[in-house]
Amino acid sequence: MDFGQLLHDILFDYTLRTVVLGSAILGLASGALGCFAVLRRQSLLGDALAHAALPGICLAFILSGQLKAPLVLLLGAAAAAWLGALIITVIIRSTRIKEDTAMGIVLVVFFGTGYVLLSLLQNSAGAGQAGLDKYLFGRASTMLQSDVEAMAALALLALLTVGVLFKEFKLLSFDPDYLSSLGFPARRLDILLTTLIVIAIVIGLQTVGVVLMSAMLIAPGAAARQWTNRLGNMIGVSMLIGVVAGASGALVSASAAQTPTGPAIVIILTIITLFSLAFGRERGLVWSALRHQRNRANLRRQQALIPNPSLAASPLPMERGLRGEVE
Amino acid sequence: MDSALVIILVCSLVAVSGALLGPFLILRRMALMTDAISHSILFGIVVGFLIFRTTESLAMILAAGAVGLLTVWLTELLFKTGLVKEDASIGMVFPALFSIAVILITRLLSDIHIDVDTALVGEVIWAPFDTVDIAGLEISRALIISGVMALLNLIFVVVLYKELKLVTFDGALATSLGFSATFITYALMTLVSVTAVASFDAVGAVLLVGFMIVPAAAAYLLTDRLATMIGLALLIGVGGVISGYWVAVEIDSSISGAMVMMLGAIFGLVLVFAPQRGLLANILRRRRQKWEFAAKLLLIHVMNHEGKQGQDDETALATVSQHLNWQPPYANQIVQRAQHQGWLDILDGQLSLTERGRTVAQATLAR
Repeated sequence: MDFGQLLHDILFDYTLRTVVLGSAILGLASGALGCFAVLRRQSLLGDALAHAALPGICLAFILSGQLKAPLVLLLGAAAAAWLGALIITVIIRSTRIKEDTAMGIVLVVFFGTGYVLLSLLQNSAGAGQAGLDKYLFGRASTMLQSDVEAMAALALLALLTVGVLFKEFKLLSFDPDYLSSLGFPARRLDILLTTLIVIAIVIGLQTVGVVLMSAMLIAPGAAARQWTNRLGNMIGVSMLIGVVAGASGALVSASAAQTPTGPAIVIILTIITLFSLAFGRERGLVWSALRHQRNRANLRRQQALIPNPSLAASPLPMERGLRGEVE
Repeated sequence: MDSALVIILVCSLVAVSGALLGPFLILRRMALMTDAISHSILFGIVVGFLIFRTTESLAMILAAGAVGLLTVWLTELLFKTGLVKEDASIGMVFPALFSIAVILITRLLSDIHIDVDTALVGEVIWAPFDTVDIAGLEISRALIISGVMALLNLIFVVVLYKELKLVTFDGALATSLGFSATFITYALMTLVSVTAVASFDAVGAVLLVGFMIVPAAAAYLLTDRLATMIGLALLIGVGGVISGYWVAVEIDSSISGAMVMMLGAIFGLVLVFAPQRGLLANILRRRRQKWEFAAKLLLIHVMNHEGKQGQDDETALATVSQHLNWQPPYANQIVQRAQHQGWLDILDGQLSLTERGRTVAQATLAR
């Protein structure tokens, strides 16, 4: 497929346009919110909450009289994921169980319960259920215009909130104690940020599914972190990476037969992340190795300039060498 | 054999494996690593199939063990660059491996039956019908596999119990004594991955995580002893299996899902009602501490003013609330409680200490 044809299809082919748009929106939202998850060491919260959303989808489907209105299902997913987050917090705060175990419990118990509901639907409704298992692994190709509209609305809401509360979220991520000492409601902001992460997860369920959602949240943020030391820039880079990976993953999956969208996006994301780990301008491995080598060369040169060999072992030139490292 | 019995036996043996490994996993904070392995195991299955061209159990188990190690190794590799935190490295490795697996399945193996769905959640309903012939007896294959797996895990835990315990509770001491924590970590993770593959037919990889960490976490709230914790986890695991099977039959649903759901329900009950560490016990303890603190404050107040000027006013039932800056109803409540404990007497509207009350007040001050 040549480039012009591809461009034509993006603009005029309904399915492709929908999938590319949907994946890009997902990349945008999860890219922005994933940064906070990565910085706050909550990376795996996304994984747990994505799994926890499953029973919510099924219950919403049953309670809404087996409608398949996307917004209703997404609302159910969000409610269940949110409940999962609440339970995780209760377990961590009030018992000695550590957070990884608490997340694991919520993940697997909610997922098991969701699977029970799914199997009930499978037994009773037959064909009506067919649309639900796509949330397990994501089936972007079944996305409709209405799905994309719902996703776009949710993403806009989440991004606007991040924009308005940027300073607060920034403090929450780096120095929560200072935030509460300034008089901000730190716990409520914490809950709000978790809610926004839940929204990003809900957007991703249909595109990449429960299992791969954690990569959508973590990888863009972790990659962007290597390019900059400023939070604002990091979020920008992360969103860019999310959009590029989302859209190109959707395109690859459309042009190569039998390549599911979710895994394609995740693999592209992984490649971008590995590249960033190696070449990221601020912290990448290659640059820091080069810097290290240059510092050693500097040190050796400075030692060579000192005529007295007994001085070469003294701490003074060493110190100069260390200063060279800062340059 | 009765097929219900076979299903319950198979899943109970899986629960035994889970209960043996689970306590170490949650105490060493490897719960999410377990989850990661349960997902990346799919990659092992696909690669194992591509290399050996068979779904024969042994090949699968080899591949799974290798992938378990690969997952841990890749995660540590990422983490050790210092650029990514540990949780983020876990969260990037397993989706990548899982994605490669899904793409390999859809592109190369679409004609072969590897159902991603089943791999993750299992379908134990078929276990009784897939039998092998041993000494003229038709025995379910899943039963043999899960039995062997439970036995292997049992041998591992029994033989290395001291080492496991040491590494779990005092890694630094273990290292200084010459035991390798890394070795134990890798050994545990290999067993987790092999158990995950071996229980594929029964509960699937993701739900196996439930059999490993949920009973262990519930047991953790009930005891402080490692051996007791393992024993309780065993009981809870088997309890979840039996009640889950019953629920699944009643409502006609996925069996493994219902079992994990019931394990969750048991955990919920323990979380709320555990004698010392449950939510309810916490609330009650906090409430008791609150009024005990107030009552002791009252005792000390009364003791301080004994035989001093203004004692009549300071320790009068009617006015004591003002002196302690309490609301009158609250003061009454505390006085009643202290009286009920035998710490205070009331004579003609005056509070006075009993012998026990004096001891309590003195002990509180001495502390």
